[in-house]
Amino acid sequence: MTVTDGLSTLEPAVAPVQAGAGPWLRPWAGGLVAGAFWLGAGALTAVWPDADDWAYTNELAAAEAAGGTLLAVAGLLGSRAGVLFERLRRSAPWLIVLALTLALWELLVAKLNLLPRPFFAPPQAFLEVYLDDGRRLAECAFASFGLLVVGYLLGALAGFVAGVAIGWSRAVAYWGHPLLRLIGPLPATAWLPIAFFAFPSSWSASVFLIALASAIPVAVLTWSGVAGVNSAYYDIARTLGASPRFLVLRVAVPAAMPHVFVGLFMGLCMAFSVLVVAEMVGVKAGLGWYLQWAQGWAAYANMYAALLVLALVCSGLVGLLFRVRDRVLVWQKGLLKW
Amino acid sequence: MVAAVPLRHDPVPVPGLALEVAGIDHRFDLHGQPLPVLEQISFRVEPGEFVAVLGPSGCGKSTLLRLVAGLESPATGRLLADGEPIAGPDPSRLMVFQDPTLFPWRTVRDNVALGLEARGLLRSEKHRVQKALDLVGLGAFAGAYPHQLSGGMAQRAALARALVNDPRLLILDEPLGKLDSLTRLGMQGELVGLWQRAGFTALLVTHDIEEALVMATRVLVFSPRPARLVADLPVDRAYPRHRDDPQLVALRHRILELLGLAATW
Repeated sequence: MTVTDGLSTLEPAVAPVQAGAGPWLRPWAGGLVAGAFWLGAGALTAVWPDADDWAYTNELAAAEAAGGTLLAVAGLLGSRAGVLFERLRRSAPWLIVLALTLALWELLVAKLNLLPRPFFAPPQAFLEVYLDDGRRLAECAFASFGLLVVGYLLGALAGFVAGVAIGWSRAVAYWGHPLLRLIGPLPATAWLPIAFFAFPSSWSASVFLIALASAIPVAVLTWSGVAGVNSAYYDIARTLGASPRFLVLRVAVPAAMPHVFVGLFMGLCMAFSVLVVAEMVGVKAGLGWYLQWAQGWAAYANMYAALLVLALVCSGLVGLLFRVRDRVLVWQKGLLKW
Repeated sequence: MVAAVPLRHDPVPVPGLALEVAGIDHRFDLHGQPLPVLEQISFRVEPGEFVAVLGPSGCGKSTLLRLVAGLESPATGRLLADGEPIAGPDPSRLMVFQDPTLFPWRTVRDNVALGLEARGLLRSEKHRVQKALDLVGLGAFAGAYPHQLSGGMAQRAALARALVNDPRLLILDEPLGKLDSLTRLGMQGELVGLWQRAGFTALLVTHDIEEALVMATRVLVFSPRPARLVADLPVDRAYPRHRDDPQLVALRHRILELLGLAATW
């Protein structure tokens, strides 16, 4: 009895509030909080004096404050902030954690000087690298990107063809399988002397190392995908009049595609991890080369900054691969996710 | 009671194929030991007949169908299609399996188009795909992927994939075995309707005595493995048939006896 009474008195009180909120002002709380944290990080950077003479402290503070302001505005506008809101809506927790991490890092390294130098660099040192050495870094990123794309595409293609051949033909499997098992686990550095000897230029040698590293997982997964195709698919296609060529290209390959994409992803990861080695053979620009150079001079800020660029390039390429996969494997939607 | 579901399009009538199975022996190789599966199987199927093969589980019925489809060759004996030896698979003899085994990466339309595509006929004969889909009542689902279909719809799509090629012999390996009983009753009637109008020869393997009696013009009863032909029973009743037709009931009792299961009924 009391419960129903309580409800009936509550209902009219709640309804007008909801109606009043309407579609006009629905702020995005996550954006407001994240904006506040970024503004706070900016304030900390600007107000607390540096323990040492770091360049670009004010620029860092300004950048943080600008980001915070943008987030706060998006937070106030809510869904009316359009694209910005749609993009950032789900990342509010990440943005908050990022601001906190940045502030803590700034505090520990730049303000309190608690971590040993030169191994640790404060955030403004990144800014310094990007602003003062940005041109060279961009050239390096561009060179590495080209190397990765060419090497990876060649390797993926070779691995795919090898995988289909090994999965399809007993004769190819007889010769190819032991070779693949032997070569697969070798570290990329082991190929350096041969790459030096066999290739006319250092660039082609680098391409070879990246292609080889990415080809192996693609070959192994493509092979297992083709070998695992449900034999009933072949029976169906054969009774319908399919030629061997049709069986390979229209049955085995599409059926193996989910495996192939796992291999393509693993191959891409391999390509990234081999990049530094591949750029040891004498190329004059590239992120791997830059990393080695920075390490050699103990320019750790440069090294970290280049690592960040490398990570962004990698995640961009992985993102691209995933979009291609979602396109090609659209038929799997609702079947499984990986 | 089975009523053929009315369909919007009539299939193209095709002459049925005459099948002759003469003295077939077949065995599997199991850990180096020969395991006899089929023993001295001989029978003839006239053009346009609907023959059901009944037998205990694992007796080798499906193996017989694979031989007829040309997916395997018998150890001894001869298989003739219209008097010609069966040397391999051919689109005139098509099989529908217990599992629809649609290609999951193809839409329903592209699955049905598979045979035309494999034979390089897709460009000139494309209109037949939609016709076959309409024939099995899937016209509206042409763009769907197999995982979006129910079991019955998937089996209809598999049927359309065979029918689009105008097969002269339709080999049905427990095609309704995995469907729920209501869908199953409906599709029994539909299959009979298709067969009556298209004129192909049908060879059906089933576990279900009632299904065989309701659908087929003749029932072949096989023994346990190695399978031998123990009875060849004509089912001379008009369609649509009634499950409680006294003659069918008597036949059913007879078949249960042949299978050694008379006491269970």
